[in-house]
Amino acid sequence: MQKTAEKENLEKASVALPPTHTVTLKVNNTEKQLQLAPWVSLLDALREYLGLTGTKKGCDHGQCGACTVLVNGRRINSCLTLAIMEEGNDITTIEGLAKGDALHPMQEAFIQHDAYQCGYCTPGQICSAVGLLSEGKAKNEHDIKELMSGNICRCGAYTNIVAAVQDVMQQKGDPANE
Amino acid sequence: MNSFTYFRAHEVAAALTEKATAPQAKFIAGGTNLTDLMKVNVEQPHHLIDIRRLPLNKIEETEENGLRLGALVTNADTAYHPLVESRYPLLAKAILAGASAQLRNMATNGGNPLQRTRCYYFYDTATACNKREPGSGCSALNGYNRIHAILGTSEHCIAVHPSDMAVALTALDAKVNVTGPQGERVIPFPEFHRLPGDTPNIDTNLSPDEIITAIDLPTKGFAENNAYLKLRDRTSYAFALVSVAAALELEGNIIKEARIALGGVAHKPWRKPEAEAQLVGKEANPENFAQVAETLLAGAQGFGHNNFKIELAKRAIVRALLQAAKMEEIS
Ligand SMILES: Cc1cc2nc3c(=O)[nH]c(=O)nc-3n(C[C@H](O)[C@H](O)[C@H](O)COP(=O)(O)OP(=O)(O)OC[C@H]3O[C@@H](n4cnc5c(N)ncnc54)[C@H](O)[C@@H]3O)c2cc1C
Ligand code: SF4
Ligand code: FES
Ligand code: FES
Repeated sequence: MQKTAEKENLEKASVALPPTHTVTLKVNNTEKQLQLAPWVSLLDALREYLGLTGTKKGCDHGQCGACTVLVNGRRINSCLTLAIMEEGNDITTIEGLAKGDALHPMQEAFIQHDAYQCGYCTPGQICSAVGLLSEGKAKNEHDIKELMSGNICRCGAYTNIVAAVQDVMQQKGDPANE
Repeated sequence: MNSFTYFRAHEVAAALTEKATAPQAKFIAGGTNLTDLMKVNVEQPHHLIDIRRLPLNKIEETEENGLRLGALVTNADTAYHPLVESRYPLLAKAILAGASAQLRNMATNGGNPLQRTRCYYFYDTATACNKREPGSGCSALNGYNRIHAILGTSEHCIAVHPSDMAVALTALDAKVNVTGPQGERVIPFPEFHRLPGDTPNIDTNLSPDEIITAIDLPTKGFAENNAYLKLRDRTSYAFALVSVAAALELEGNIIKEARIALGGVAHKPWRKPEAEAQLVGKEANPENFAQVAETLLAGAQGFGHNNFKIELAKRAIVRALLQAAKMEEIS
């Protein structure tokens, strides 16, 4: 038994992996050159290669939204895209939202409204909410709920999350809150 | 995930050439379905051809006064396009009923109709599945089949096609433009997906070496009277148990033309021309809609856990048609 397992491992180890690529990612306004295998997801590149662990891995299958980041200003699930496919694009993670010590209004609002419990879904919620605002499609509370449904909160902080998003919409003078 | 090599194509011709040299390669667009399936080893391509930067990213009016949706335009940009919103609201509604805002920002018009079934056994490589491994059997047939098909099934596969967008495109008589080594051709949307028969491993009539370049919408968009009703376990971010794309052309209360396509009930969006013909010249009312529901569901068969879908589909058809006729509020 053991012999076979050893042999199998040896065989696996001796299969040559395809070469890695030099991939230049523009994350939070900084260009980073990485040596990546093509199968590294954007999420893994951020967390494991760039040390940006603010972006969370919840499900790794597009089902929870914890990994939400902004690519060219639009919210996406970083677990379902390959890092190499995002070369040349403008990537913003939760670490890139604050300006120096000044938090992004959405971050402020989440604190003000206590829009979290454990905080695991929060970076994804905030990036998603920032994307929602720039899309400009949410006109009322119902729309916010529908258009934020790609972010699951296992703690059930939804009520306060919606309040935080509404608050920022109001600050922006969005017609949604009239 | 298995290891693979990667190539980024900037022109359709380059993508086709690359595919010809590596026939086992797969195209990747938004990646929301393919990467997902690669992570669970259901798809194991050894080479990926990234087609996301092909110049197929526009929405343009066609000479026939229709609309051409580029294959690489995202689902979000399509649903929110002013001409789609105003002329083809049924399509916009169906797209927005699917997935999440993040996923719609990634998913493309070419990739959406090509997404694969969400049958749990298809995703689980430890179980038998004819779609994943031809000849291995169908675990759903006598297994847990709550989300499975009630129409057009075969003893080899009872999976449903999960796309919402495809249901609207079927109702609207869209056309799929494809290009391959043999040149260009057009596949009418109702003929794009296949029934499982004894080859459930083949989902569509697109050949593996062809690329979808665009989806064409005809002039007629039924913008005045339409509804997309999607019934599911939670009201957002879930696949359909049953969905109905309904479109009517009315003169007063009399139906001049009707289109009805069903999602969540078969291996392809389900449409029956004879059911639609049955409504022509009739009054828009619940009794006539109930009759058409019977015609659409004729021959429906449940497999135990999904028996409820038969009655659910009938009621959904009536409700969607009432909504399209503006006789019932959209909830
Ligand atoms: C959690 C979750 C929930 C979802 N919910 C819904 C839902 O409710 N309703 C719904 O309809 N969908 C839903 N989806 C599915 C989603 O809509 C699809 O994954 C998406 O539309 C696929 O498009 P893509 O561009 O990402 O395709 P990809 O993953 O890039 O490709 C899918 C397939 O199409 C092929 N392909 C792509 N483009 C082309 C082309 N131009 N020519 C030839 N071949 C091509 C690829 O080779 C691959 O085989 C959900 C997905 C997830 C992860
Ligand atoms: S229903 Fe189709 S996809 Fe599901 S297990 Fe059976 S053969 Fe596979
Ligand atoms: S980790 Fe990406 S959606 Fe859950
Ligand atoms: S705060 Fe815990 S998951 Fe949302």
